[in-house]
Amino acid sequence: MQRSLMSGNEAIARGAFEAGVRVASAYPGTPSTEILENAVNYPSIDASWSPNEKVALEVGIGASFGGARALVAMKHVGVNVAADPLFTLSYIGVRGGLVLVCADDPEMHSSQNEQDSRNYAKFAKVPMFEPSDSEEARAFTRLAFELSEEFDTPVMLRTNTRISHGKSIVNLQEPVSGLPEPSLVRDPAKMVMLPANARRRHPLVEERIRRLEEWAGEQPFNRVEEGTGEVGVICSGIAYQYARQLLPEAHILKLGMVYPLPKQLIRDFAGRCKTLYVIEELDPFIEEQIRAMGIEVKGKEIIPLCGELTPGRLETALKGDEQAAPFIHPEELPGRPPNMCAGCSHRGVFYTLKKLGAFVTGDIGCYTLGFLPPLSAMDTCVCMGAGISNATGLTKVLPPEEKQKVVGVMGDSTFLHTGINSLIDMVYNGGCGTVMILDNRITAMTGRQENPTSGQTLSGIESPPIDLQALCRVIGVEHVQIIDPYDLGQTTAVLKQEMARPELSVIIARRPCMLDRRKGPEPTPPLRVVEENCSSCKACLKLGCPAIEWQQDGAKPLARINSSQCSGCQLCLQLCKFEAIEVCDDE
Amino acid sequence: MQIFNIVIAGVGGQGVLMASKVLSESALASGMDVKQNEVHGMAQRGGSVISFVRIGDQVSSPVVMPGTADLLISFEPLEALRYSHYLKPGGRLVYNKVTINPSTVAAGLAIYPADVEQQIDAVCTEALGIDALSIAREAGNGKAVNMVMVGTVMKQLPITEEVITAVVKQLSQGKGREVNLKALAGGAAA
Repeated sequence: MQRSLMSGNEAIARGAFEAGVRVASAYPGTPSTEILENAVNYPSIDASWSPNEKVALEVGIGASFGGARALVAMKHVGVNVAADPLFTLSYIGVRGGLVLVCADDPEMHSSQNEQDSRNYAKFAKVPMFEPSDSEEARAFTRLAFELSEEFDTPVMLRTNTRISHGKSIVNLQEPVSGLPEPSLVRDPAKMVMLPANARRRHPLVEERIRRLEEWAGEQPFNRVEEGTGEVGVICSGIAYQYARQLLPEAHILKLGMVYPLPKQLIRDFAGRCKTLYVIEELDPFIEEQIRAMGIEVKGKEIIPLCGELTPGRLETALKGDEQAAPFIHPEELPGRPPNMCAGCSHRGVFYTLKKLGAFVTGDIGCYTLGFLPPLSAMDTCVCMGAGISNATGLTKVLPPEEKQKVVGVMGDSTFLHTGINSLIDMVYNGGCGTVMILDNRITAMTGRQENPTSGQTLSGIESPPIDLQALCRVIGVEHVQIIDPYDLGQTTAVLKQEMARPELSVIIARRPCMLDRRKGPEPTPPLRVVEENCSSCKACLKLGCPAIEWQQDGAKPLARINSSQCSGCQLCLQLCKFEAIEVCDDE
Repeated sequence: MQIFNIVIAGVGGQGVLMASKVLSESALASGMDVKQNEVHGMAQRGGSVISFVRIGDQVSSPVVMPGTADLLISFEPLEALRYSHYLKPGGRLVYNKVTINPSTVAAGLAIYPADVEQQIDAVCTEALGIDALSIAREAGNGKAVNMVMVGTVMKQLPITEEVITAVVKQLSQGKGREVNLKALAGGAAA
């Protein structure tokens, strides 16, 4: 048996491969992205990026209708987008097994909220596995497909950042064989969810959950690990690892499936423990269900509701009477926040937006970093696509002089994710905002995944890059302009003109992502500061470029350009009024 | 064996994750249980990066608790200071003395502590600072700082140098292999 060190995401892709998955679809999102990036390496899996999570799930459902096994992956907030098909899929069930992997991000390392996706399992009435390491991630993924077909249900598998990105040892198994070939089968009573059919399906869903609960009570993934004391702990996922470390004497009921709960197993276990803890991250999901069974437990009155449940916080919670305090970085040290890369095509846009006093309604991507000082040029950020529709709402209510300040900003990927619907609404309902699409031809924030503007799919196959200008025109936007965000003069002139225009307009700022090796611009020589000309005015510092450093140790303070970081985008050169920045043409 | 806790810290782009991979794969190749964990995402863009490697007979939690690290390896002095509270009493700290200004400092919004090395010595009496960048450049590539750092700590790990060297050989390709092996040896001699 081969042993391999794998992240949870790699192990999920491996489990899908072993389970004979034919189709895998996803929209990238931290911490789930690497699932598809690994799945595409298995030739038997057709892995692809969809423009959003709803589409990804519907692609998976189609494959399941055809009798194939399908894996769909997304981050927690992605499930909100995919919730519409998910809830009805629960009524329909599956033909080929379907597993939806949802990666939560407690502590919001790279997210806008820390919703607990276990609630979706209960809400949509589907079973949910929660692995506690990479080996379980592999094994549970594989098992989830069998369960999906046996119980005619979609199955969810929930991870968090620690499980998805953490590496541990996995025992690789041979893939299954002998799965039926996909084919067309008509089954309208099951696949066409009209009211009459759905009314017949709902009782079957309730019966399914009841049978699953019974079944789960006898499975090895829900197991009791005997301890020596009188303390018992019920836990799952990463919390199990922390409980194991901090309470080595305790009896532990380790749940591999967090919905439905094995109620009889829990009752028997509770009866043997004098003190019973439920240790879980985020919501009291297991705790509330156990309390509803009439069993007294210790839970969220001591264990934090917010943020990651780290072993340090758990230790504080178990030892003290007080809620564990979230970890705070020592304040006296200068912080090291993330920043747009040197040469990022978004920098000049946000510099200009700030200069023009725009009220920027933004969304999710690298450009959200435009919020940080010194750019400080993003005023709202809700979710993907919201930049345009928030602008529509604002311009409906603002007085005319303020209306013109509103600029909705989003990237190419989030425009195609859901922003396009927002733009259709703006056109249809006579909105008058200014919209900017920062088109860098890639989904950059999550690590440069391909999207419909890239000209290439996840598996490296060429595909027609979508023409965003033509798309905006065909929706009905009359004024669509393309600008080069490296040209500050043009960016300023066009933004000024379009913000003053009392009608809807779209500006597409087009420059490939600096980091995209396939399509990135040709290397340009770095710049340097001509020290005798530098007047210490700090104009170049307003760009917040990581290649420009403020030196205070010489005769006069001055800017210095780090040639190993500078990409030669020349934004700073355009800002300098003293000819103190020049191109290093000697290299 | 008792669990050996390693914390690796640095700045996005410095190769913290590759160094973590070398140590984790080396533990696996030595027949030990290992868990490695880090948070990436926003941290990639020049932000602060921290990674945990836990090695032992049976490792449960993948996260190192503050006050329990046997070894803190930092690729940058300010990051050594930022994460020094992870060290256990008597734990060892090895750091690269070459500073990288955070964006806040570069923009003139904050000041990099001039006495960072003295501050490190004050929180950890077992601290060793090396110029990993010079050693990496001598080996042929300034980007091999991560392999220099691994080389410097090799003797303090419950893994043999032979296994680590073999893993580095296996994980690197082409011209990078020779550079990495030189950097590893250069770090070991520091």
